[in-house]
Amino acid sequence: MSKTPPGSKKRAREICEAHGNRPDELLEILHDVQHAVGFVPEALSAAIADALNLSRAEVYGVISFYHDFRREPPGRHMIKMCRAEACQAVNGGAVCRHAQERLGAKFGETSADGNYTLDAVYCLGNCALSPAIMIDGNLYGRVDKERFDAIIAELDQEEAA
Amino acid sequence: MTKVFIPRDASALSVGAEAVANAIAKEAKKQKKAVQIIRNGSRGMLWLEPLVEVETKKGRVAYGPVTPANVPDLFKAKFLEGGKHKLCHGLTEDIPFFKKQERLTFARCGIIDPLSIDDYHAHGGFNGLEKALKMKPADIVAEVATSGLRGRGGAGFPTGIKWKTVLDTKAYQKYICCNADEGDSGTFSDRILMEGDPFCLIEGIVIAGIATGATRGYIYLRSEYPHALAILREAIEVARAASWLGPAIQGSPYEFELTVRVGAGAYICGEETSMLDSLEGKRGMVRYKPPLPAIEGLFGKPTVINNVISLASVPIILAKGGEHYRDFGVGKSRGTLAFQLAGNVKRGGLVEKAFGVTARELIEDYGSGTLSGRAVRAVQFGGPLGSYLPESKLDTPMDYEAFIAEDAMVGHGGVVVFDDTVDMAQQARFAMEFCVIESCGKCTPCRIGSVRGVEVIDRIIDDVDRENNIELLKDLCNTMTDGSMCAMGGLTPMPVMSALNHFPEDFNRPAQAEAAE
Repeated sequence: MSKTPPGSKKRAREICEAHGNRPDELLEILHDVQHAVGFVPEALSAAIADALNLSRAEVYGVISFYHDFRREPPGRHMIKMCRAEACQAVNGGAVCRHAQERLGAKFGETSADGNYTLDAVYCLGNCALSPAIMIDGNLYGRVDKERFDAIIAELDQEEAA
Repeated sequence: MTKVFIPRDASALSVGAEAVANAIAKEAKKQKKAVQIIRNGSRGMLWLEPLVEVETKKGRVAYGPVTPANVPDLFKAKFLEGGKHKLCHGLTEDIPFFKKQERLTFARCGIIDPLSIDDYHAHGGFNGLEKALKMKPADIVAEVATSGLRGRGGAGFPTGIKWKTVLDTKAYQKYICCNADEGDSGTFSDRILMEGDPFCLIEGIVIAGIATGATRGYIYLRSEYPHALAILREAIEVARAASWLGPAIQGSPYEFELTVRVGAGAYICGEETSMLDSLEGKRGMVRYKPPLPAIEGLFGKPTVINNVISLASVPIILAKGGEHYRDFGVGKSRGTLAFQLAGNVKRGGLVEKAFGVTARELIEDYGSGTLSGRAVRAVQFGGPLGSYLPESKLDTPMDYEAFIAEDAMVGHGGVVVFDDTVDMAQQARFAMEFCVIESCGKCTPCRIGSVRGVEVIDRIIDDVDRENNIELLKDLCNTMTDGSMCAMGGLTPMPVMSALNHFPEDFNRPAQAEAAE
């Protein structure tokens, strides 16, 4: 289990409060917590459950059901690669394999330098310009191996700067 | 001041539209040219993105795909006056891909500034809602029923009947839920509409509210669409400020509150009852039906659940009349569908056409064949739960019933093209694997069946007792089809069985020593 960053419990309570402590806003709350803390530490489920008058099991159940919510801190950049059919049709599978080798991380893992977390997703809605990937919310189309390497090289430079 | 249009659509941004817009602004400043850059939605010709359009006396002239490196050259060619250049395609509306379309729902998309309510109004926006404000709810429902509109999310259920059920169910609170969880691979029409003409969706939702007596609405948007989220949130604020949302809409007795809720990466939440649970802040588990959501939906109240395109088609139905819309299409498939050409296709994008166009016309005339230049071997229609059809079946008209007759489905209009390098046994395996990953887990045929499905297909690929395992796979598919609670487990057999039936040779190859991915 990952350590809970200091102050995150207080932050989680504030976020619940901002959502009126409404249980139907749990997904929004978890998105906000993840945005503020970087991930959803397991220890926060008790604080959130308490604020929303839910059981810890219910909150944990929601966190674990949805692919978006991370229970471990991610790398500095979040790379989502589409594994779905439209991207498969233009060799997306090869780009996925290449990315995992290039970063030395499988889907769901973070590269050793802590820079990149790689995740498989199923469709980014850019299917006419496949293969598609999304990095930190920015969408990229027609990503072959060369373009992937170029994008990573650029991000590497930013990290080094 | 010359108007230059550069899309802010996510697809255009994915191939560098932002850099192009910056380069054009910079070069214009340097050359002291007065330009107004408008960030529009996409015209849907995605292979030409970033597509830069310049307004001239004759109409908008198209240049694409433009890179920042092309920009000085474009200025040299006097593109601001519509000058000739190797990237010039003439008038946008004369490009064959665009010209032959029948744009009803997407009439404004790519033309207007998506966040300018004046632009929207000037292009026929709110005509439908203005009419609806003066109509009796039952008459609005009747108009939608007349149009023959069926659910564009994929199931094809008549929208008018759904609305009537909600209208006839008495409750102090009713809801409109717009399903914008467009998770099917190969589909992006919801996204293009939300990013290119968000007020159209808002207008459709408000009309649905007036028609059924609902005063609150949610747009359930998938988290993979951050660009659409930003545009929708801003559009809702703009609409509220202009009294198209909120209390006393345009001084009428009607009120409507609209909120965007973001999903969290679960494909199953596109299933309507799972979406309701997710909107209530729970795990996205599928509910038993009955009760129908139209009677007991969100928070137990009567709820209209419609896809983005269904709701966005309502304004034009009200504005021009249900009969106008119904006159497009064939058989029981009335109106138009926004087909999405995707995957291995040379000219991918959005084609809004009346039902009845054939798959071959879409792929060959609009799509210009495969991107790789190789032969088309298989096409998956209607997303990851839709069938793969071989090239020989491409003359089937795009029509709900004609596709059902081929054990396939039109679905949300996704058309994913594969060339002759595709291994259909692997595609069948992926369909089962996807079901393993995305099943909500509530019913056994889906949760366990998909796991066993992957194992059985692996044995078939590895040539382990092949004949018996093919029989077992067929039996398993029957169980999933008949025994699953929703379309996830119930339709996963479609891609699997269509691959097996149409491409049996791919399931009968010598076993590969190398393990499959």
